[in-house]
Amino acid sequence: MLCLEARPAPSRLMSLVSPILALSITVLAGAALFVALGRDPGQALRLFFVEPVKDAYALSELSVKATPLLLIGLGLAVCFRANVWNIGAEGQFILGAVAAGGVAMSAGPETGRWIVASALVAGAASGMAWAAIVALLRDRANTNEIFVSLMLVYVAEMLLGHLVYGPWKDPAGYNFPQTVTFAEVTRVPRLFTGYRAHIGIVVALAGVVVAYFFLFRSYAGFQLQVGGLAPAAASYAGFSSRKALWLSLLASGGMSGLAGALEATGPLGQLTPHVPAGYGFAGIIVAFVGRLHPFGVVFSSMLMSMFYIGGELAQSRLGMPKSLTGVFQGLLLFALLACDTWIVQRVRWRRSQGAR
Amino acid sequence: MLGENGAGKSTLMKIIYGAVAPDEGEIRWSGQRTFIRSPNEARALGIRMVFQHFSLFDTLTVAENVWLGVDRSRKLASVAARISEVSQTYGLEIDARRPVHTLSVGERQRVEIVRALMTEPKLLILDEPTSVLTPQAVAKLFVTLRRLAQDGCSVLFISHKLDEIRELCDACTVLRAGKVTGEVDPRKESNASLSRMMLGAEPPPVHRRPANPGGVVLAVRDLHLPSRDHHGTALRGVDFEVRAGEIVGVAGVSGNGQQELLAALSGEDRRAAPEAIWLCGEPIAREPPRVRRRAGLHFVPEERLGRGAVPGLTLARNTLLTRSEPIGSGGFIRTAKLAALARRLIERYDVKSGGPGATAQSLSGGNLQKFIVGREIDASPHLLIAAQPTWGVDVGAAAQIRGELLSLRDAGCAILLVSEALDELLEITDRLIVIARGRMSPSVPTNEASVEQIGAWMSGLWPEPAATAEAGGVVHAVP
Repeated sequence: MLCLEARPAPSRLMSLVSPILALSITVLAGAALFVALGRDPGQALRLFFVEPVKDAYALSELSVKATPLLLIGLGLAVCFRANVWNIGAEGQFILGAVAAGGVAMSAGPETGRWIVASALVAGAASGMAWAAIVALLRDRANTNEIFVSLMLVYVAEMLLGHLVYGPWKDPAGYNFPQTVTFAEVTRVPRLFTGYRAHIGIVVALAGVVVAYFFLFRSYAGFQLQVGGLAPAAASYAGFSSRKALWLSLLASGGMSGLAGALEATGPLGQLTPHVPAGYGFAGIIVAFVGRLHPFGVVFSSMLMSMFYIGGELAQSRLGMPKSLTGVFQGLLLFALLACDTWIVQRVRWRRSQGAR
Repeated sequence: MLGENGAGKSTLMKIIYGAVAPDEGEIRWSGQRTFIRSPNEARALGIRMVFQHFSLFDTLTVAENVWLGVDRSRKLASVAARISEVSQTYGLEIDARRPVHTLSVGERQRVEIVRALMTEPKLLILDEPTSVLTPQAVAKLFVTLRRLAQDGCSVLFISHKLDEIRELCDACTVLRAGKVTGEVDPRKESNASLSRMMLGAEPPPVHRRPANPGGVVLAVRDLHLPSRDHHGTALRGVDFEVRAGEIVGVAGVSGNGQQELLAALSGEDRRAAPEAIWLCGEPIAREPPRVRRRAGLHFVPEERLGRGAVPGLTLARNTLLTRSEPIGSGGFIRTAKLAALARRLIERYDVKSGGPGATAQSLSGGNLQKFIVGREIDASPHLLIAAQPTWGVDVGAAAQIRGELLSLRDAGCAILLVSEALDELLEITDRLIVIARGRMSPSVPTNEASVEQIGAWMSGLWPEPAATAEAGGVVHAVP
């Protein structure tokens, strides 16, 4: 019979091959899905894997989607490495968008471009504050951060709903639940005229470098990860677990808040109940598919953006449901987890031995 | 079965127990050629084994762990009742309701022995069972084993301790490097003749110079510490000191307050009264581990993987746990300096590994322990605290570690050695203190201590208030 047995040492080769294998399985399973739905798999797969990267405009759109995913994924990678399970990036994202929106709406005719910076700072600070609730409750009351951060997502959605249905509703908006469109002065600078790509992607890529140095070159980052890998070793070494908790939650909350602020003052330009687009949850997959490594997160955020765009294209061009995006995201994560098993395990054929 | 570490004793036992398949040869059980293909089959034949490395689930209680190995139709309550019955009969004190993660190494072994005795086995294999027991408990265990043998159960007793084999066994097979080097009646042999068969030569004599103690480095004054969870042991009035240039041993059966004492000394537990712990004349009871390390206190913990080292990180990164020299300005790690430091430790302490980039988990226990001990010694501490530094380490590495400790002592470092291996304590310490139920005995010079006396003290029976003259000339009585 087939048996899984532990390898003597983790396979270096498999750790490189595994993501490629996982992507191939995702593509094949996706193709099988399209065939089962009676579609041309080649045409459908092209929407997911070719169209989003075919020209400058497509790449610009890809960067718009990838920016929030990259920022959130980076923050969560730091958090998960510390063994702190922040599942509520979506809520911190919403708070960032709300705070940035509030700042943007305060703009008058004389307001200068500095307002963009204040909106972004307000967004990051609000995301941090929202995550700080999680840290405080875990630190003081030993609550479970998974539940608290997740429940705070729904509280954040309620807060956003209250604002756009109530005090912040656009008086000239035909009673639609939305705020006024933000003044042009508050808009995040775009990188090229004619394209929606904005400076957020530059900020996010700078974040990649910062996260890399923090995790692999700084003593603070080392301490944080030891706490995640071996709590007993951290306490032996005298590394503070409270510091790691606060640092990781504030970092990921701040990154998610910044992503929300960039989204509100960038592509959205106003607040609606549809601000939460699932980036916070997709960011969890981004972090894991990127192996909690800043460089890996760059690739996984691009891949996840392709799924988002592919899903939208499949809806508009082929009349297929947009939820294909979620199907592909899920397929990829499952395939990767399965393939990663092969890094530490191998398959052996063993003659049946009766009782195991 | 006699043989030193690495002689192949455990492998042979695993073959008999069905955990490892032999390449060739045959096993006869009651005269019949038998193929034992799995531990389940071995158990069905009536073979039970107590392994040297425990196979217990940390998160389950003692009773639940034992329950996993017995007939499924049995109720947990009846298993728990049987556990207390067995443990009382054989003097293996254990609380069936405690979760295994709260147990010390010695207590876990008791669970393993009790588990093997749950059903009446025909053959009981014990792999180095006495290493964590007091001499009295060993004597008690021997009574149990002799009774089992009289009842018709065969006992296969594995040890590298000559005295035990000679005292207990009716027949002895000696293994060296995977080969049988003698089949003898141990009662007719001497320690020297057995050890020649086991080692191929006389054991090297331990040459050591008498200690030359200097000033007090560590002083513990009337340390009281309530237990953090209700299964732990509270420290009650612990009072002792360690001087520069001497090794003080703390003997005792595990679970008598060693873990709590070590946590208070290392800084992982900072609840002690401020004036309870002094390092070089400074109160440190409330200082965190990093401050204590800066003041010259270094600690080798009992668990190598997961505490002394992070399994998945490289040796270079593991160096950073207790060494901060490679941290540059701004909190950045100087990788080149770090790799050089790790390489120096690997070379200086003869750590067989794939270099500074090898992960801690890729090393053998002995080599990882050499690395951890080396990492702490290399920091030139004023005080080194070592817990079970040679637990589960092969003979060569153990000898090297003991040698390193002795030369560190000769260099003027104060050393506190907490160990459950009495022979190790008798071999390298200068003074001995016994810990029992959270209290500490007066100290005795090691060369005046007898196994019987220390054994009695391990049960908490020392004269008090005792006015025994100590090597350092200081008298501390237990209040």
